[in-house]
Amino acid sequence: MNSPAQRNIPSRGTILLEFLGSMNLAITLLVTVAVASVVGTVLQQNQPYQDYIIKFGPFWHEVFKSLGLYDVYAAGWFLVILAFLVISTSVCIYRNAPNMVREMRQFRTRVQAVSLRNMHQVQEWHADVPVDALEPRYRAWLRQHGYKTRSADHDDHRLIAAKKGSWNRLGYIFTHTAIVVICLGGLVDGQLPVRVKEMLGQIQPETRDIPASQVPEISWLPEGNPSFRGNVTIPEGGRAGIAFLQLRDGYLVQPLPFTIELKDFRIEHYVTGQPKSFESDLVIHDPEREQPVEATIAVNHPLIYEGYAIYQASFDDGGSGLSLTAWPLSHPTLDTQKVETAVFESLEVETPAGRQTLEFESFRPFNVNPAPEDSDKQFQNFGPSFTYKLRNAQGEAREYENYMLPVELEGRKFFLSGVRENPNQPFFYLHIPADPAGSPQRFLAFNALLRDEARVREIAAETVRQTFSELRLQEPGMVEEVTATMGRLVRMFARGGFDGIVEQVEATVPEDRRMQVIDAYMKVLRNILSALYAEVLRAEGVDISEGISERDSRFYEDTLNAVTALPLYGSPFFLQLESFEQVQASGLQITRSPGKSVVYLGFTLLMIGVFMMFYVRQRRIWVWLQPQLEQTQVILAGSGERDRRDFEREFTQLYQGIRRAGESG
Amino acid sequence: MSVTHDQMMQELDERPFLQRLGAFEWIWALLVVAGSIYAWWHYHTLMDGYEVAILAGTAIALVAWGWCWKPVRPYTLAVTAISLFAVWLYGTDIGARDSNFFLKYLIASQSAIMWMSALYVLATLTYFFATFTRSEFSGKVATAMTWSATVMGTVGLMVRWRESYLVNADFGHIPVSNLYEVFILFAVITALLYLFYERKYQTRALGGFVLLVISAAVAFLLWYSFDRGAHEIEPLVPALQSYWMKIHVPANFVGYGAFALAAMVGVAYLIRNAQEQRNPQAASGSVLPSLEMLDDVMYKSIALGFAFFTVATILGALWAAEAWGGYWSWDPKETWALIVWLNYAAWLHMRLTKGWRGAPMAWWAIVGLFITLFAFLGVNMFLSGLHSYGEL
Repeated sequence: MNSPAQRNIPSRGTILLEFLGSMNLAITLLVTVAVASVVGTVLQQNQPYQDYIIKFGPFWHEVFKSLGLYDVYAAGWFLVILAFLVISTSVCIYRNAPNMVREMRQFRTRVQAVSLRNMHQVQEWHADVPVDALEPRYRAWLRQHGYKTRSADHDDHRLIAAKKGSWNRLGYIFTHTAIVVICLGGLVDGQLPVRVKEMLGQIQPETRDIPASQVPEISWLPEGNPSFRGNVTIPEGGRAGIAFLQLRDGYLVQPLPFTIELKDFRIEHYVTGQPKSFESDLVIHDPEREQPVEATIAVNHPLIYEGYAIYQASFDDGGSGLSLTAWPLSHPTLDTQKVETAVFESLEVETPAGRQTLEFESFRPFNVNPAPEDSDKQFQNFGPSFTYKLRNAQGEAREYENYMLPVELEGRKFFLSGVRENPNQPFFYLHIPADPAGSPQRFLAFNALLRDEARVREIAAETVRQTFSELRLQEPGMVEEVTATMGRLVRMFARGGFDGIVEQVEATVPEDRRMQVIDAYMKVLRNILSALYAEVLRAEGVDISEGISERDSRFYEDTLNAVTALPLYGSPFFLQLESFEQVQASGLQITRSPGKSVVYLGFTLLMIGVFMMFYVRQRRIWVWLQPQLEQTQVILAGSGERDRRDFEREFTQLYQGIRRAGESG
Repeated sequence: MSVTHDQMMQELDERPFLQRLGAFEWIWALLVVAGSIYAWWHYHTLMDGYEVAILAGTAIALVAWGWCWKPVRPYTLAVTAISLFAVWLYGTDIGARDSNFFLKYLIASQSAIMWMSALYVLATLTYFFATFTRSEFSGKVATAMTWSATVMGTVGLMVRWRESYLVNADFGHIPVSNLYEVFILFAVITALLYLFYERKYQTRALGGFVLLVISAAVAFLLWYSFDRGAHEIEPLVPALQSYWMKIHVPANFVGYGAFALAAMVGVAYLIRNAQEQRNPQAASGSVLPSLEMLDDVMYKSIALGFAFFTVATILGALWAAEAWGGYWSWDPKETWALIVWLNYAAWLHMRLTKGWRGAPMAWWAIVGLFITLFAFLGVNMFLSGLHSYGEL
């Protein structure tokens, strides 16, 4: 036999169990998981490493990377904390549930009078009725009020034990079991096999942007992979039998046991231009089946096929065909070039700044914007547009956004072309005025003429001669000098706009004479520019013998503004979209999550359990009946653990009710 | 604690629940069922099976709610009558909100919401005034104002629902889709929860505190509307076009409302606690309810909030599984919902199993409100993710 001292020393196992199941640990874990979760919301997860390096610098990047902060919820330490939470909860259930189940069933018909008198609520009285008559009345009353009763005879008294709301305990068991079930189900869907394989070096994410067919074996997952969440974009008429899984700074390729064909993609829009709905008609070609399976999916309406769920996630361009005209912006001649290309294609071009790459990025069939205030319509459609990047040999790119149709602004029409140097900036728009034929031709002709030094000199000389003869001036040297100045000013203007001239003056002329010089220059420049414009109009066949119309002179002002903006535009050509053939692509998300039903079971348990715990109130009532001659001494006692206040009121009511029930027979 | 005669009689009633229901209870049930059937008959072509189920569920819940808490009946009837009147005034022309007197100044959604805002702020002041002057009458006025504000807020939402269809039949949706709309919902639900406890515990002393948080919501709402034009009715993005929205969002806001209420009761608790520590004798004459009662309200409110928040988060997960391809993606909004949940789970464990009471728990409830606030607002403001439906 063990000595008492020995018996009191708990074994190591017991101590461990005690610790794991302790409330202190549980609460600590709840708070720790909460705090740890914050990290992953503050630090954007699973971004390209390059972005993190720029944000935090190389040192902190390494520190954060090694702590797994870029993918917190898959980091080892986070999973360990979660595992502890699951273990702690399981131990807690293991230790408490059997007692609770026992207690739920038990009536506790052996309670001493002393304990009853010590309870939170007690009433004592004498009833004029014998025990045998009293007992059924009390029990009936209690039953009527939702109590289950049991009575037991003891030496000198009889005890009715009553209880209700035992389900409260079940609530505890349900909620805590639910947590364990949900976490285990989640673990199944948590790509654990992939993580393990990656740790063992059996797979490695691919970081290059290359076609799936060129991705090496090590980045491919097995076809039977039980749980994953991947994406694939399929153009209309195209097929795909794979999905891409994002993994940190790269991706993995998941082959599917079937191929998905996108038959048609439809998108509807609100009048505001926002997408209203988009859906894809899919055909699943499964070698296991003779007939392909057809289905239409939409946002919120996925297709579940053989345990694979296929979601409508996004949409994109599928490589729309673009027919473009390239107009030179820095050439003295207006030689246009036709370009046939498509979105996602790229072209090498020779420019004055060296060899550059044109990358066509996207196409939009329409652009709805809020209409100006004075219009009677709410929205205005700016028509189709496309974007492209112009990348130089150093890899630096400018992004351009060109609209196909001229857009009406303040009563005039312009071809809009936006430019920006990085995606976080708004576009800066070049407004190319559209001529009466609805073409950028006139502006571009003027712009080309500006750069044709020989023609400019000719026209300048002609203008000067004419002016001199009108003013009857006879200074032969002056003609040459003014003509040369005009040529020089036009050159400066073509290179830097009006600002270029002002800068030039500021750099070369002393301050006190600047205003004067600028004024003089502007007068001379205006003179030659309007002569050049008149030349353009004449070449176009416009009759200007009666002077220039108001519309044409407004056009002239818009033209000068656009030329002034050209240096900021920074492209040696303007790409005009002549026609297009839209091809759409549907972005699908494909998932396999066998743990889902387990998790949903957990959800159900949790919901039921929570309400049981809070709203099924556990009550225990005891009625002690001790015969005293023809009378009975009654002790009524009860406990309601969590809500003493409510129980107090309930007990008063119960006392009055039960006492009356005993008296009336 | 004072208990009204009515309440006493109700509690002493020994008949089983169903037999206790009188004629008025059955008339109430009949009205709700008739209204729901009418709504179904009128609109069933626009509803899918789930939405019919939600309508039926709402009807059942409303009947039960009206049986358990009588003021729900006049409240619902007032909201219904005023909303129907507004709908009738509108006819099919959204322009009526600028030309019709009643709509323009009273019950077009935007006007109703302005009335709601004004009444809540006035009620806050009146509650404080009533508490400090111990004026029974002012207290009753404050309660009446709160009820009126709540009616106007609900009318605002109901009429907005209709307006969304009038603006453009394509835009029509239940007004719980963006930050502006849910702020109104938050104010209304928090007020209803407060009014429930006010009647149950027969004290108006907490009114000022709880309505303070509602007034703060109103201040935000006004700024959001005037500065950002957030009240404009916008169409729904495809991801939100789902019956789930009708249950996920309201369930969430019962949670948020209850947590806000608990935090404000926590503030009252700390004040009373400080009074008692400074001068135990004088504290018995405090205008604030006893610590025990405050503690009780705080616990009940957090328990209610926790239960609804659990359901809401689970509904959210089920919806996410249908719309985003996974029941859990560690999206910032999801993660913050989990953080809020864990926080209150820890609070409840502390109280229920460790038996903690008193000032620390009150402080914790207040901190909890800030965590909840971040989950509700902060995530939309500072963090990006899938759940960005109400960006500031």
